[in-house]
Amino acid sequence: MRWTVVCPRAALDPERGVAALLADGSQVAVFALHDGSLAAVANRDPFSGAHVMSRGIVGDAAGEPTVASPMYKQRFSLRTGRCLDGSAAVTVHPVRVHDGMVEVGSPARVPAEAAS
Amino acid sequence: MRTLVVAGHGMVGHRLVEAFVARDTERWWRVVVLAEEHRHAYDRVALSSYVDTWDADALALSRIEDDRVELRLGDPCTAIDRVARTVRTASGYEVRYDALVLATGSSPFVPPVPGHDLPGCHVYRTPEDLDGLRAAARDALAVPRAGRRSGVVVGGGLLGLEAAYALRTLGLSPHVVELAPRLLPLQVDEGGGALLRRIVEGLGVTVYCGAATEAVETDRGRLLVRLTGGTEIDTDLVVFSAGVRPRDALARDAGLSVGPRGGVLVDSRCRTADEYVWAVGECAAIEGRCYGLVAPGYAMAEVVADRLLGGSARFPGADTATKLKLLGVDVASFGDAHAEAAGALEVVHNDPVSGRYAKLVVSDDAKTLLGGVLVGDASAYGMLRPLVGAELPADPGALISPSGAELDAAALPPGAQVCSCHAVTAGDIGEAVSGGATDVPALKACTKAGTGCGSCVPTLVKLLAAHGVEQSKALCEHFAHSRAELFEIVHATGIRTFSELVSRHGTGRGCDVCKPAVASILASLGAGHVHDGEQAALQDTNDHFLANLQRNGTYSVVPRIPGGEIPPAKLIVIGEVARDFGLYTKITGGQRIDLFGARVEQLPAIWRRLVDAGFESGHAYGKALRTVKSCVGTDWCRYGVQDSVSMAVRLELRYRGLRAPHKIKSGVSGCARECAEARGKDFGVIATERGWNLYVGGNGGFTPRHAELLVSDVDDDTLIRYIDRFLMFYVRTADRLQRTAAWIEAMDGGLDHLRAVVVDDSLGIGDDLEAAMTAHVESYTDEWRGVLDDPEKLNRFTSFVNAPGESDPSIEFVDRRGQPVPLGVPEVVTR
Repeated sequence: MRWTVVCPRAALDPERGVAALLADGSQVAVFALHDGSLAAVANRDPFSGAHVMSRGIVGDAAGEPTVASPMYKQRFSLRTGRCLDGSAAVTVHPVRVHDGMVEVGSPARVPAEAAS
Repeated sequence: MRTLVVAGHGMVGHRLVEAFVARDTERWWRVVVLAEEHRHAYDRVALSSYVDTWDADALALSRIEDDRVELRLGDPCTAIDRVARTVRTASGYEVRYDALVLATGSSPFVPPVPGHDLPGCHVYRTPEDLDGLRAAARDALAVPRAGRRSGVVVGGGLLGLEAAYALRTLGLSPHVVELAPRLLPLQVDEGGGALLRRIVEGLGVTVYCGAATEAVETDRGRLLVRLTGGTEIDTDLVVFSAGVRPRDALARDAGLSVGPRGGVLVDSRCRTADEYVWAVGECAAIEGRCYGLVAPGYAMAEVVADRLLGGSARFPGADTATKLKLLGVDVASFGDAHAEAAGALEVVHNDPVSGRYAKLVVSDDAKTLLGGVLVGDASAYGMLRPLVGAELPADPGALISPSGAELDAAALPPGAQVCSCHAVTAGDIGEAVSGGATDVPALKACTKAGTGCGSCVPTLVKLLAAHGVEQSKALCEHFAHSRAELFEIVHATGIRTFSELVSRHGTGRGCDVCKPAVASILASLGAGHVHDGEQAALQDTNDHFLANLQRNGTYSVVPRIPGGEIPPAKLIVIGEVARDFGLYTKITGGQRIDLFGARVEQLPAIWRRLVDAGFESGHAYGKALRTVKSCVGTDWCRYGVQDSVSMAVRLELRYRGLRAPHKIKSGVSGCARECAEARGKDFGVIATERGWNLYVGGNGGFTPRHAELLVSDVDDDTLIRYIDRFLMFYVRTADRLQRTAAWIEAMDGGLDHLRAVVVDDSLGIGDDLEAAMTAHVESYTDEWRGVLDDPEKLNRFTSFVNAPGESDPSIEFVDRRGQPVPLGVPEVVTR
């Protein structure tokens, strides 16, 4: 696991996302949820191919935290990456706070979703 | 293949062809339609609405697009050869038929009084007749002379009162002459007629009942109409609307029998004595009797369509029930309106003060409804008419008293006809509901009920409720409320954050449905900049970046160009900005310029340049007022009658930034030529010689709609007051993503109700709505300037939080006709 420092924790607003560029050129969308926890998924929307997931609206579906792609509005679970409105998924990245800074982890082998 | 020839292309002929091709599923037949008029079939019942728009296309019935149907416009049938089974047309075209249906309609009856054919004498039947009246009225008004210009209408029936309305709209004082002792003698009784006369006279119509026209004479350049009893009326023109006569000459010439008072004689199958010849509509004398109404004509068309394909339908008897608005007065008549049945009793409620007359005719035991008359308020018609012949659910007196029993749709027996235009019964509606129809549009689609005159739609709503269909109005899983209810909650409680609203009135943390809806409500209630505080997290990405997301993740930018008017210096700035930032430019349909391909981090720099040059946000990204399109107006145009550009600019600057349930578009045309396409807008304004006509509920898109007339000939300030009320009422009460057309259609009472609220202030909320709009206008600030002035808001405009200077490397462009467009179509998962 490689960890990339993204931004100060204080830079994240509740239920809004930001995008970060990882060392391998892939993009990740990082969200702060209303309870203060963090979530990170690949920034590429699998339905449109555009890197826009960080600009989606954060909410919940029956208690499961979600982000809706801003392009065609499919919702994705922020826990599993699974799409709730179609057969697709986004890679979920581990995310942690270290010394007040948000860090996003990348698996040793980069999955297809985050590769482009 | 067999050939059906239909002689006539009026409403009934059109219905016949429509019904016939729909049922001829085996495609055995072709259909040749011989039309006398040069236009496609139109809604003659609504002819009087032509004087509001002078747009004959607005009357058009749906086109029959079918390769089996050959429509010959302007080529009427002139002769029938029953031995050879051929017909010949005016152009000499000849066609052999396997079935011939005469649907030639009727012609206006002009009483043979001396002078009936003088110049200045008109009839009232086609759009061309109305064009003639319009020209005559214009000529009369052009002559400098003291006193009002006037027109005499001979005949005080339905058509006569329609003609009086037309004359009044054309600026003439109408005089109506009726032979019978009351107006509308066929539809209403003495009491209803008396009230109708009082209301109509209050509208400036002079009424002469029990009077016959003796002569029309020329008199010093005008006309003089002499009535029995010595009355003389000086007038500018005369309209004969004293009934119609069936056009049966083709049948007579072909040796077919006619009825005792004319009309092609047919039996209850609508067939003549010749087994290959049929007749429907106003030209037919069905078992000897002619009907001058469209509903019996439609029933005949259905019978013939069925018979030709081997069915055994028979004419069910004429439903002569009528509900109309004449000169703005609601009038309805149904069943045995004149209590002709033996032993029939009449129960009357007459309130001349509130202008309301209602009579029910019941059987001698007062249990069975036989008919009725309603004047002034016909809202009970939809429920009462289907009950004719059935047992009444309550005491008849209570049913028509204003404080009395509300009729329950559950009381309708299954056989009761709810929609008389398409012969749909309460039982049919029940079956459709069992089959899964859960709302009015679904009922319209599967039964056709409500798609004719529309008067049964309120009854459809009641029937849905009676069948236990609950219309879920929940916005999403987080709120059980409709958008309108949430608006009221936010308005009344003063809650100004989503967190508080969802914790007190909803569940969970919201979603992409309720969050933008609440953001819109907060914006409408003046909660500050759309990015202030927690509001920012509610915004859809377009409202978040104040630009329109495109398919490759870039945005487009649309500066406001009010009314589409832009000086060269500003046009040059837009060009320079596009050039310097490498943007693709395109002219929009709303008379603005769209700049495409802006990356998130470019948006502030682009807007810095635009704001410095005097531009502001065009809200192309928002569910908000978009543009007010205009034609060139009186400054340049040779035909314009009002300054449409100034009005468009004034409206756009007034309503800019107004957040709404959906986007709002507008247009202003400087004359009836309508170059701004205002009737395709949510609110459209069209200039008249006396002011402005306001149309509402139009849109293009997936389901195009023409806007309908809300009010005519108002001055500038009245126009703006009504638009203020209309828009604020829409903002407060519409559902999420409901355009104005759907909002009006779903409204209880539809356009009439909207007019009552906006024009007559029937809810007493006019001042409140205007005050809310004034508050919006006074608090308006440019959203983009608000971002540029606030470093914290500007911080959001980066592609990467950990690399603020970097662009998204996945965004690439290629050249298309000298401009950049996104590279390729990205490989995507199929949606």
